Amino acid sequence: MATIKELLQRESALSSGHRMCAGCTAPIIVKLISLASKYPLVVSCATGCLEVATTIYPYTAWKCSFIHNAFENSAATISGVETAYRALRKKGKIKNEIKFIGFGGDGGMYDIGLQALSGAMERGHDILTVCYDNEAYMNTGIQRSSATPKGAATTTSPAGKVIPGKKQFRKDLTGIMAAHKIPYVAQASPSHWQDLVKKVEKALEIKGPKFMNILMPCTLGWRFMVDEGIEMAKLAVETCFWPLYEIENGKHAVTYKPKEKKRLIEFIEKQGRFSHLKKEKNKHIIDELQKDVDRNWEELLRKA
Amino acid sequence: MSIMANYHALTGNEAVAYAMKQIAPDVVAAYPITPQTSLMQKFSDFVADGDVDTEMILVESEHSAMSACVGAAASGVRTMTATAANGLALMWEIVYIAASSRLPIVMPVVNRALSAPINIHCDHSDAMGARDSGWIQLWSENAQEAYDNTIQAVKIAEDPDVRLPVMVNLDGFVISHGMENVDIYDDKKVKSFIGEYKPLVNLLDLKHPVTIGPLDLQDYYFEHKRQQAEGMMHAQKAIDKVGKEFGASFGREYDIVEGYKLEDADFVIIGLGSTMGTLRMVIDEARKSGMKAGFLKLRVFRPFPKEIVRKHLKGKKAVAVLDRSDSFNAVSGPLYSEITSALYGVADIPVVNYIYGLGGRDTSVSMLHRVVKDTYDISKSGKCDNILNYLGVR
Ligand SMILES: Cc1ncc(C[n+]2csc(CCOP(=O)(O)OP(=O)(O)O)c2C)c(N)n1
Ligand code: SF4
Ligand SMILES: [Mg+2]
Repeated sequence: MATIKELLQRESALSSGHRMCAGCTAPIIVKLISLASKYPLVVSCATGCLEVATTIYPYTAWKCSFIHNAFENSAATISGVETAYRALRKKGKIKNEIKFIGFGGDGGMYDIGLQALSGAMERGHDILTVCYDNEAYMNTGIQRSSATPKGAATTTSPAGKVIPGKKQFRKDLTGIMAAHKIPYVAQASPSHWQDLVKKVEKALEIKGPKFMNILMPCTLGWRFMVDEGIEMAKLAVETCFWPLYEIENGKHAVTYKPKEKKRLIEFIEKQGRFSHLKKEKNKHIIDELQKDVDRNWEELLRKA
Repeated sequence: MSIMANYHALTGNEAVAYAMKQIAPDVVAAYPITPQTSLMQKFSDFVADGDVDTEMILVESEHSAMSACVGAAASGVRTMTATAANGLALMWEIVYIAASSRLPIVMPVVNRALSAPINIHCDHSDAMGARDSGWIQLWSENAQEAYDNTIQAVKIAEDPDVRLPVMVNLDGFVISHGMENVDIYDDKKVKSFIGEYKPLVNLLDLKHPVTIGPLDLQDYYFEHKRQQAEGMMHAQKAIDKVGKEFGASFGREYDIVEGYKLEDADFVIIGLGSTMGTLRMVIDEARKSGMKAGFLKLRVFRPFPKEIVRKHLKGKKAVAVLDRSDSFNAVSGPLYSEITSALYGVADIPVVNYIYGLGGRDTSVSMLHRVVKDTYDISKSGKCDNILNYLGVR
């Protein structure tokens, strides 16, 4: 891994002055990814918080070239950019080595853009696609997505008198991407930034399609204090709610094993979106969530 | 200048694929849909045989085809795709984004009826539905025109005063699968005709990073839309210029519209696409029986050539507009609306509308004879009692 000194000598792709919420962890993720790259980057981003809050015309927070096309097509768009690059390289019209990253939120990658993501990965483009997963459609006002955990309250799966938040478990997008048998798939978290940087460095050295799913705590949607984002990310990892692992050419490796796996309740109790689960009649949901986390973690350890 | 003709028996799709081979776009995205399929298959053959060095993106949907085209075109390379009907409908959202982002993508649309009910045959409901998407629309009467329009489209799209994507329309099956003698030009001459593409901005220019597709709110969006409208306003001049240059290079000059026996005609039939070929013969016969008929064929529907239409229709006694799609506005087809609005305030001519050929329904010579005869009667009586007519519907 590049040393901290080396990382700090590089320029972040995202400058300050963007308009994401105070305490948003998305800019931290983008910054880490861009510092991890020793290559110039060209990025695409799906419609969502990251895009709208960084590119309000006539300003842009992006120091590298950036394209936003629509909500569901970040992967397809960056696949077009990468293909244009290959066409020009072949003709000797571009000398520099450039790396391509397609960003999207969980809405843009798990849901509406899943097909475009799957297609781009299957076609074998030399791109890194990144889902910044804040577990709901935040930009449009915190609606549920297929990445929203069971029991979480969102504006379309509110904790009501009868229905206690989202009814379904999360979709396993990392697993779906692994099933594409692409050369590199990883889960990362901004709390474990060295692990994240290493994964990006590795991904950018691999030719072909890569996918990273990065947990992105959202102060507004998860309802925690603005200075607690990294703490939330850390708890997600320490409870194994969000395990850090990678799948390189089909080989699973857990890249961080908590010394002592924390109880999921420690992650849940700090967030307003789960506050209704404390009620006696909803406690069974916490048990279900814990069981789900345990099962997934054991399965992962078996594979690794 | 004497120009040697070099005729080949080709289908419309093959002719367009051949134009694409000669244009040699850097990137082509493709997704199959009847009746476009044989076009991209032919082009894929050229790529597979090394006859052209295009990078293909074989996407998983038309939505991704247009999305990838936007990415590629924003990277400063020549970019093409082709589609039809439901494929165009699926890419709808990004069709608008391509135009609004001022990306000179060229897209043959092999016109086919939109679902439902599902139908693979020709009508113009696909492209007519996209008439306000900001794309320039060229229409072809036959395979030669489809070939010629495709080559010209590149230059029109890339004109610095225009910078808009272009749809090259050719009637599904009628043109796309009909075999014709097509005059194919020399590769080198086509290459020099279209020239080198010089993009204004491009994502891959590391010295000048750019943000494309930003959030554009109340304070700038309107100005950007106004600029887009300006591009379309410049398009007619560019299309005209390219059509003349094309004539000088290849011996076939193209105008915005084409008149047939128009000058001295008492009444005029207006339409676009392959049906105008049949109409030539019908008009010849009408002339023999003493009816002074003529036609006005629109080669360009977007930008709409309002002044040209006015000029040609002034003094005529009756007009019939052929629409191969319906607007479902309970009034008329889309071409009729445009023609009558062009005539508003300058000429008080009775204009009748015929919606015809939906879902590939054959438009026979006798049907067109009826149109000519009815319009002749209107020109004599000066009255049109029934504006909206469905030609050949049972
Ligand atoms: C086709 C389409 N449908 C819906 C929307 C509205 N929309 C914009 S952003 C968004 C949610 C984005 O959620 P996500 O991808 O999770 O990103 P986040 O805002 O959470 O960062 C939605 C629903 C849209 N722009 N386009
Ligand atoms: S709503 Fe959440 S994801 Fe969006 S900017 Fe605010 S903290 Fe970040
Ligand atoms: Mg989200």
